[in-house]
Amino acid sequence: MTEHIHPEVGPLKAETKAFNFFYGSNHALKDINLPVGDRKVTALIGPSGCGKSTLLRSFNRMHDLYPGNRYEGGIMLYPDNVNMISKGVDPIEVRMRVSMVFQKPNPFPKSIFENVAYGLRVRGEKTKSLIEDKVEAALRGAALWNEVKDRLNDLAFNLSGGQQQRLCIARALASDPEIILFDEPTSALDPIATASIEELVAELKEKVTILIVTHNMQQAARISDYTAFMYLGELIEFSPTDTLFVKPRQKQTEDYITGRFG
Amino acid sequence: MHATDIQTLRTLIAKHKRYDILFGIIGLLATLVGVITLLALFIDLVMGGYGRLTPEFFTNFPSRRAEEAGILSAWVGTILVMLVTVAAAVPMGIAGAVYLEEYAPKNWVTDLIEINVTNLAGVPSIVYGLLALGLFVYILDFGQSILSAGLTLALLILPVIIVATRESLRAIPVAIREAAYALGATRWQMVSDHLIPYSMGGILTGVIIGMARAIGETAPIITIGALTFIAFLPPLPGTIDPARNMPAGPFDWLFSPFTVLPIQMFNWVSRPQAAFLENAAATGIVIIVATLAMNALAIWLRYRIRKNIKW
Repeated sequence: MTEHIHPEVGPLKAETKAFNFFYGSNHALKDINLPVGDRKVTALIGPSGCGKSTLLRSFNRMHDLYPGNRYEGGIMLYPDNVNMISKGVDPIEVRMRVSMVFQKPNPFPKSIFENVAYGLRVRGEKTKSLIEDKVEAALRGAALWNEVKDRLNDLAFNLSGGQQQRLCIARALASDPEIILFDEPTSALDPIATASIEELVAELKEKVTILIVTHNMQQAARISDYTAFMYLGELIEFSPTDTLFVKPRQKQTEDYITGRFG
Repeated sequence: MHATDIQTLRTLIAKHKRYDILFGIIGLLATLVGVITLLALFIDLVMGGYGRLTPEFFTNFPSRRAEEAGILSAWVGTILVMLVTVAAAVPMGIAGAVYLEEYAPKNWVTDLIEINVTNLAGVPSIVYGLLALGLFVYILDFGQSILSAGLTLALLILPVIIVATRESLRAIPVAIREAAYALGATRWQMVSDHLIPYSMGGILTGVIIGMARAIGETAPIITIGALTFIAFLPPLPGTIDPARNMPAGPFDWLFSPFTVLPIQMFNWVSRPQAAFLENAAATGIVIIVATLAMNALAIWLRYRIRKNIKW
């Protein structure tokens, strides 16, 4: 297993190669080449309908759940250099390695503990002490442990929106994923809850690779190392975040980040 | 605006409002027809049968002497038949609904099945009786037994359970399904860990409403040949089977002849003596109370289970 190094990004965790996505006859993503740096935060920005969520959801094969979707090209996962979208790879295997946090907090109507433990249960984990340890670690990792440690058996719905979203992050963390996908994780949250999620993302990247879709450009600028600007299903520009927001190479990127459209 | 204009406007509004009131009255009357009919029926039954609702009425077998006759064999029969019905209809109904909602490919075959399931609910119950007579009694040779009756009623309430289950499955947001899948759950893990537990409230409601319908069904059970005069209990486990004079096996009761409450009632209604009519009314009270109690249970269960679920 050789290291995959990108000239600009350095060691890679994943990479899309000439990636295309079709929804029925609609060519939704066109020839996307996106490097995802190992333990870096990569942000996907762009106007509504540009395909950023579609691209994100390709990374854990969520599109396989619905008929009429087709992938082409490659999404390589490193270091084992496997094409996650090839027919021979089971989407369930991909989802066990790449977890996801959704736009709206979507806890299960179960206890806080059971929410976080579910990923382990899916993997057939039965050892009680191990599950308890992992749940605690995940809740600590999601900066939620101190708030919920005395009421782990409470229903997750009784938490506030921001806490629910951090619970969903803990749920995604519990099974030690290699990549976490965030699909506009703060769009349903108030500014304070948003700040705590952003802080969390910055901490998480010590351990795990993060790919985040956001329609909030300030958010991308605050938390990401690299940013990809997408428009009409194409990747227009990929740069280190500082460069992209200060000295965009493409006219379209500049128009978007200065608010001329989108 | 001129004063005269305002006057015409007010007249107009007053005129339109009369239709409001008119419809309010018509609507209220239409609603009351149902409520009053049920109430009248119930009061009539209670007046006619209240005197017979003694403990002995529940512990006596039917008899040629009206004042000694009871519904022991009928209510035991009803409970046993319901047991078979639920045991057969609930797993089948849930499995069918989950398949249609989560597994079935979206194509014309599935559409056809769906239309059929919906139409099944509208098939007259006597037709189910005919089917059951052919299938369960003769082809499968279950005889005119509790098993045949229970399976017949299971077929009858299957669409009710399927429709109720599908509705509560559909109420579960896509986000919950995606959350489970995103953690690496297989379809079956998603269904068994999430969908079925979360839709239990709706499923139970469907089951109980189906049972409330089945408990009063007479036609299909007469068709398969339930007896109207039964002066013995089915050989329940732990009792002595009088036919063979040895302890009953665990499933012997399934193949026993039986009667149920509505048939017992029907039998008494057709007698000329007034005393038997009183027995019939008393049986009617028992059936109605059982049905209402089941509906109340359904409402309570739905409320209890939905309390923890917010969508």
